[in-house]
Amino acid sequence: MRKIRIGLIGLIICLIFMTSPAFAEDMIQIKGSDTLINLVQRLAEVYMEEYPGSYIAVTGGGSGTGVAALINKKCDIANASRLMKAKEVAQAIDNGVQVNRVVVAVDGLSVITNGNNPIKQLTTDEIGKIFRGEVTNWKDVGGEDMAITLYGRQSNSGTYGFFMETVLKGDYSQKMNQMNGNAQIVEAIKQDRSGIGYVGVGYVKQSTGLTVLKVAARAGGIYASPLDSDDVKTGVYPISRPLHQYVNGTPKGAVKDFLAFEVSAEGQKIVEEEGFFPIPKEYKELNSKIGL
Amino acid sequence: MLSFNVKYRKKTWISRRLKEKLIHGFFFFNGIISVIVLLGIFALLIFTSIPAFKEVNLKEFLFGIQWNPTAYVKNSYGILPMLASTFMVTLGALFIAIPLGVGTAAYLSDVASPRVREITKPIIEILAGIPSVVIGFLGIVLVGPFIAKVFGTHNGLNALNGSILLAVMALPTIISISEDTLTNIPDSYNQASLALGATKWQTIIKVKIPAGLSGIIAACMLGMGRAIGETMTVLMATGCAPAMPESFLGPVRTLTSSIAIELGEVAYNTTHYYALFALGLVLFIITFLVNLTSDIILHKYEKVNR
Repeated sequence: MRKIRIGLIGLIICLIFMTSPAFAEDMIQIKGSDTLINLVQRLAEVYMEEYPGSYIAVTGGGSGTGVAALINKKCDIANASRLMKAKEVAQAIDNGVQVNRVVVAVDGLSVITNGNNPIKQLTTDEIGKIFRGEVTNWKDVGGEDMAITLYGRQSNSGTYGFFMETVLKGDYSQKMNQMNGNAQIVEAIKQDRSGIGYVGVGYVKQSTGLTVLKVAARAGGIYASPLDSDDVKTGVYPISRPLHQYVNGTPKGAVKDFLAFEVSAEGQKIVEEEGFFPIPKEYKELNSKIGL
Repeated sequence: MLSFNVKYRKKTWISRRLKEKLIHGFFFFNGIISVIVLLGIFALLIFTSIPAFKEVNLKEFLFGIQWNPTAYVKNSYGILPMLASTFMVTLGALFIAIPLGVGTAAYLSDVASPRVREITKPIIEILAGIPSVVIGFLGIVLVGPFIAKVFGTHNGLNALNGSILLAVMALPTIISISEDTLTNIPDSYNQASLALGATKWQTIIKVKIPAGLSGIIAACMLGMGRAIGETMTVLMATGCAPAMPESFLGPVRTLTSSIAIELGEVAYNTTHYYALFALGLVLFIITFLVNLTSDIILHKYEKVNR
């Protein structure tokens, strides 16, 4: 309901925007990743309450959609759960768009299994083997004799790409079921005793009937849980990723104010409330390069 | 007075002719616009598909057995597993829906009392109005666990689940049109058969269904069209693993669900983007062929009946 309402408000604002240029300067269009949409909407709501007269419209559609909109100058900020691809950067340059990246939050990816599966922890190496299709039975990683059923995201989701590059370092098994969203993976694994999947931490915090696996970066290392905020912040938990926003050029005016709000202590508190993790030091330095 | 009358009549005559012309134009416009839209869609699909074949050759596209457009090492764009999945799920659905649908139609037209028919037919038509997302949801929470229990698999996200759900969705079309056809067969056929000593069962199977075969085939083809093009239900219920399907109890991934699941987040104007449009083109050609075949069959039987 909230999404629909914001969409409608966005539409009305668009109409006003077209007829009267006076509003144009304060109006911010944000588009992109479905992983980020709930968070950025919440940030925008709080910001609009605190600064009356500011207008922010947030829509989803996926990282690709957001980046494409930024390249075509159809939005001010593009949400992306992955880095822009070389081809997209080239397109942006062709269109005279100079892209800059801001990191607004960190997302811990959790690896989940059914609550009845005795396996409670794995190394990233084992997880990689499972998703590459090299290990196909739970007994090979110390579990019961049962074929493994893989659940993942569709091939162009930011989550899919991130998991492939950091954990698999190779191609996914062709037998992995590709689900249309985090929530569907959670539902499927609740029902499937043999299942394993990966989803954003925000989606498993209130779920029952699941095991959120503890993961170690290597055999003999420390097994850390993504539910432990400290482990994610300090990087002990090995599967976390930054969530980005792309802007055209150096942010100015309303866009800059909003971005500054997002990375401020107040904004980062909302980030934590929404189930994500605050920006670590290395990305704070990146943000400061464009004046945030 | 007289002159006024003539003038008045002439005026209405002109305005009536004008009105006729306007109405004629309006209907012509309505008729032509669907043709224009169809051609527009076809042109768009073709022009957006072409760039995909700069990087992917046609043979690899049609007969490749791996679809992995965002691979770690090398991208591949083979649609054969998806074609196989689409046909598997569709044929499975028809296998369930045709006997059930034609049987129900025969029951409604010849066996059921008028009262039962009056209650049952609207209910079946309501079935057609259930959104596909709802049916897909039922596939996840109801049909899936049921299949898992019956066949002893760990989950019910497979081709069989998709087939059952698509059969449910195709049923109203098949029943409704078949029933209309059977009801419209002249009563003399029925009476002649009964007069020759045939039982009611023999009359339905040997006289009425063959007489209405063209309509029944058209009904099944329309049901098939619905099944091939259905997206949301199969997307939710079949697991969508890109591997070549092995059995009805394994996951499959149809053409429609591939487009739906990937188009949202694809980087624009990349080979992957164009390849998804090429998938759409293939789907378009398949449904076109299905419709064409049903048309040819219909006409053939019409001639025989005459």
